Amino acid sequence: MPAPATPRELLIVAIARLLDGCRHVAVGASSPIPASAAMLLRAQKEQQDEVVRISVLGSQEHNFFTNGGVELFDCAAQGRIDAFFLGGGQIDGQGNINLVGGGGDYPQTKVRWPGSFGSSYLAFLVPRVILFREEHSPRVFVEQVDFVSAPGTSPPEVYRPGGPVALLTGLGLFSFDRQAGRFTLRSVHPGHTVEEIVAATGFKFDIPEIVPTTPGPDAATLALLRGRVREEVSECYGEFAAAWRAEVPEVVTAM
Amino acid sequence: MTRTVALDDLVRRIKPGAKVAVAPDYAGPPMATIRELIRQGTGDLHVVCVPSAGMVVDVLLGTGQVRTLETAAITLGEAGGAPRFQAALKQGSIRIMDATCPAIHAGLLAAQKGVPFVPLRGIIGTDVLANRPDWKVIQNPFADAEDPIVLIPAILPDIAIFHAPVADRFGNVQIGRRRELASMAYAAKSTLVTVERITDENLLHSELSAAAVLPSLYVDAVAVVPEGAKPYGMWSGEYDVDPAEVAQYARVARTEDGFRDYLARFLGATVPA
Repeated sequence: MPAPATPRELLIVAIARLLDGCRHVAVGASSPIPASAAMLLRAQKEQQDEVVRISVLGSQEHNFFTNGGVELFDCAAQGRIDAFFLGGGQIDGQGNINLVGGGGDYPQTKVRWPGSFGSSYLAFLVPRVILFREEHSPRVFVEQVDFVSAPGTSPPEVYRPGGPVALLTGLGLFSFDRQAGRFTLRSVHPGHTVEEIVAATGFKFDIPEIVPTTPGPDAATLALLRGRVREEVSECYGEFAAAWRAEVPEVVTAM
Repeated sequence: MTRTVALDDLVRRIKPGAKVAVAPDYAGPPMATIRELIRQGTGDLHVVCVPSAGMVVDVLLGTGQVRTLETAAITLGEAGGAPRFQAALKQGSIRIMDATCPAIHAGLLAAQKGVPFVPLRGIIGTDVLANRPDWKVIQNPFADAEDPIVLIPAILPDIAIFHAPVADRFGNVQIGRRRELASMAYAAKSTLVTVERITDENLLHSELSAAAVLPSLYVDAVAVVPEGAKPYGMWSGEYDVDPAEVAQYARVARTEDGFRDYLARFLGATVPA
């Protein structure tokens, strides 16, 4: 019997499920978990004879782009990218994200994060934007962000084929309703509770009567993860792959 | 013809007050050029990151030589926040022009085309736009329905700087698929390149690989500086990023004194024996 899925493997599998149906997934810099999820989706679909393209920024092997940094953005504007991942130092209940800073008056904020990167653009244009932040705490999930790097929703006159569809954290998974501009809790990761999530979230969200546990990977998926996916992701996320390997060993099972 | 010069001569072409476009960490960050720029004390610079930067710009910020910083982000990646960037903003000692990556690419594209602006989707409703009075929102003149769209003005750098693996004796520079290096050079009045080495072969002679070359038409000076991107790596495979060095910088540069100590070592690093 292989070791049970780790919390990070659970996140990878949860993201891969959110990506189902995508033909081209792009992954930004410093995103090993989303990159692993895109690689898992590709490997799974390959078994069904379907092609999923992935473009992992920072990878030479898993990256189609040859036209410099601008190509991701040009592709997004043309609808050639189905899914992308965004995070933030703050994320609020309306789906706004803040990658710039908080506390005090901009630009002399108490805390300064790197900057908005491509979020102010990609959040508008990529149909399936997945908000991903492992840390689930009231300092991250706030009632209102201090700086809007990208808004969760836009007025009807603003061209916006894309936007957030989901928020995945270390505790649970939310869906995002773009009409209502509001999150709904969809599942709670094993070992955590709805109450814990309510307490750790600074914004209000909808809670259905029944909130299931986030399902983990089956044996075949786990074997793919600890085999091919981990090998592929080690090309651009060596330290991440090594830490993963130290946490759980290779799985050698007949597929 | 492009001149091959010593690094200090190359850097003397950057004048106080210049607008300087800087290559990102993943496309040949010009670490050696920045080091010499700090030595020369040029100062009063307007730095444009294409479209983000790491230690290269953080070190420069720490020396107080930057007047204006135009960037989509400054980060040390896995090593964490950029300490001198954060300190400069907290002290209010620089003017920050927070951008988003495609807007910087668009501004350079406008410059490349010799037009005043380029329209760009997205951005409306962000605080990035709210803090960029130089970006305008207009009604799409081709649409019947209401359709606001952002205009990004041309970014016109005086100088573009990057580090590349190889140049030939004519000043043609190999840039591989790092096309942002060409975009910077097309937009800038003058492009200054450091390289690992010079080859005798004319890089434009092969029709199969010429498109991965920035022609000398856009290159004003080349200086040979082996390991000129370190502690960052070179995409062409000469050497990898040194994460321990970046992490050490991230740690020690949190304090002004720690940064000064690091800077002394950093400036000493390439003094010829």
